[in-house]
Amino acid sequence: MPTIEFEGKQIEVDEEGYLQNLDDWTEGLAKYMAEQDGQELTEEHWEIINFLRDYYQKYQIAPMIKILVKEIKKNMGPEKGNTKYLYQLFPDGPAKQACRYAGLPKPTGCV
Amino acid sequence: MAKPTKPPKPEELVKIDYNPPEKPWMEVPVEFKPGTFCYGTRPKYLEEVGLPNPREWSPTDDDWKLPSDWKDTVINGIGERLKKYRSFQLFMDICVRCGACADKCHFFIGSGDPKNMPVLRAELMRSVYRKYFSLGGKLLGNLAGARELTFDVFKEWWYYFYQCTECRRCSVFCPYGIDTAEITMMARELFNLLGCNTDWIAGPVANCYRKGNHLGLEPHTITSNIEFMLDDIEEITGIKIEPTFNRKGAEILFVTPSGDLFGDPGTYTCMGYLMLFHELGLDYTWSTYASEGGNFGFFTSMEMAKRLNYKIYAEAKRLGVKWILGGECGHMWRVVHQYMDTWNGPADFLEEPVSPITGTKFENAKTTKMVHIAEFTADLIRHGKLKLDPSRNDHLKVTYHDSCNTSRGMGILEEPRYILKNVCNHFHEMPEDTIREKTFCCGSGTGLNAGENMELRMRGGFPRANAVKHVRDSHGVNMLANICAIDRATLSALMQYWVPDVEVCGVHELLGNALVMTGEKERETDLRLEPLPGKEEDEDV
Repeated sequence: MPTIEFEGKQIEVDEEGYLQNLDDWTEGLAKYMAEQDGQELTEEHWEIINFLRDYYQKYQIAPMIKILVKEIKKNMGPEKGNTKYLYQLFPDGPAKQACRYAGLPKPTGCV
Repeated sequence: MAKPTKPPKPEELVKIDYNPPEKPWMEVPVEFKPGTFCYGTRPKYLEEVGLPNPREWSPTDDDWKLPSDWKDTVINGIGERLKKYRSFQLFMDICVRCGACADKCHFFIGSGDPKNMPVLRAELMRSVYRKYFSLGGKLLGNLAGARELTFDVFKEWWYYFYQCTECRRCSVFCPYGIDTAEITMMARELFNLLGCNTDWIAGPVANCYRKGNHLGLEPHTITSNIEFMLDDIEEITGIKIEPTFNRKGAEILFVTPSGDLFGDPGTYTCMGYLMLFHELGLDYTWSTYASEGGNFGFFTSMEMAKRLNYKIYAEAKRLGVKWILGGECGHMWRVVHQYMDTWNGPADFLEEPVSPITGTKFENAKTTKMVHIAEFTADLIRHGKLKLDPSRNDHLKVTYHDSCNTSRGMGILEEPRYILKNVCNHFHEMPEDTIREKTFCCGSGTGLNAGENMELRMRGGFPRANAVKHVRDSHGVNMLANICAIDRATLSALMQYWVPDVEVCGVHELLGNALVMTGEKERETDLRLEPLPGKEEDEDV
């Protein structure tokens, strides 16, 4: 099992760096994961990461992309309520990169 | 952290070397090339369904942590299956190596690897079968094409039997009708006796067993996702739809793959179903328990497929419906059409399906009591029960990809085409050798649609993409319609890679666009909220 070392602890992740145990997540860890990708987390990133985490608490899965887009549209205005904006923030794709920073697992199946 | 390897660029990938290695095939060792295999399963997924040998492992490890008697388990496993499945025994014995299948496999066409020729894929197992189950092989060994089962052989099996999508195209061309899919199914059963599933298959299996669907959508997530789609439908049509969930006494239970409830473009297909059923006033219910049409158990073992399939009839019985309607899915229909009745039937508590709108009896679904939505909808159109405005799809030039399972597995060839020709004005077929019974696989079926397997998927999907490119170049095709949730997910990635200007949709998405609903407002957008033809400029006014 791959691990990442953070604050002296070995944290278990899968082959692509998604946390195995969601309880291991901290804000510091999210920042650290982003740093490893050469990315700084701005307020805009955090807005999305926090939404993903809240949604996951409630539904036990990442939201559909269109739910995420609509949520951003509602909170940040129509010019940001689109997938293009999300990809600007998370170049590897919101479903993958943002979920990874948020400590969520990857969805599987016919997707 | 290691990211999954990205496939080479298309212009690199297309340089396929069809020259076989110089050494005889038995002497060529298997090489696990990044991007062409899936991760090994996490132990928790096996534990959740009670499968043996849960442990941390990776196919690239030198030690797969197999039990010490693993070889006996495999040999005995083959023996049991030879007795149980006459087809397996037959397919081990009768191949004459004529080579008719050799160039019919999409993975061979896309990789040039001779072990992806169906004849040689089967030979990987036949050689071991001969050694332990045939007199000639026992006595003459290598001379009779027999070989010992070693760990290297086992690894080779794993690599190549997870490079077969059980699409059955090769069987169409085999003069004996040898079905390599059944050999692959047996191989995968053997892997699962030793805990050697892939993560991408075992995860959905565990989810489906625990929560009713591959994605692990919980009941309130399902209703919330559907409510979200209903909001979009209301925005587009002005009509508020109120479907029911888990409703006892409904006439029909509707079951669809969970991909339709979560991922684009499947969600647009789902919107199409919702709009159609509303317009018909159909007395139907969704279930948050039997919330998966697909069955990744089918890529694990017959036993697991049976366990996961069971809930469909169980829920139909609990709700007291008359019959079951099934959505656009591929392997779901192979299971429903060819296995469900004998595994979990007879469903004698249900009635023979009759369309409440047209009175048509679905004779072909007499025993399973489960009707495919393409047949249901084609019948509605045939009887003039739907008001359709195909011009709303005029921005699309559409072609149709036959899913392997619905075409070769149950003969649904005309119905989706009939629907498409009634809901769009521009429909063009791909070349004859690439459609209907001879359809080319999406390259990612049977649970091979994992992100880490992308190079293999792009290679396997190359023949399909090539045929799409042909109609794009000759007819300007920009939409690839299909009736399978795996297709909707995997063909999207395939098109992005090989034919980037072609999008992917379900047939019922296009039906939803064209369906003229009672009391609807004038439509400005399609189901993707993109402006309809002729409405583009209104935005600026």
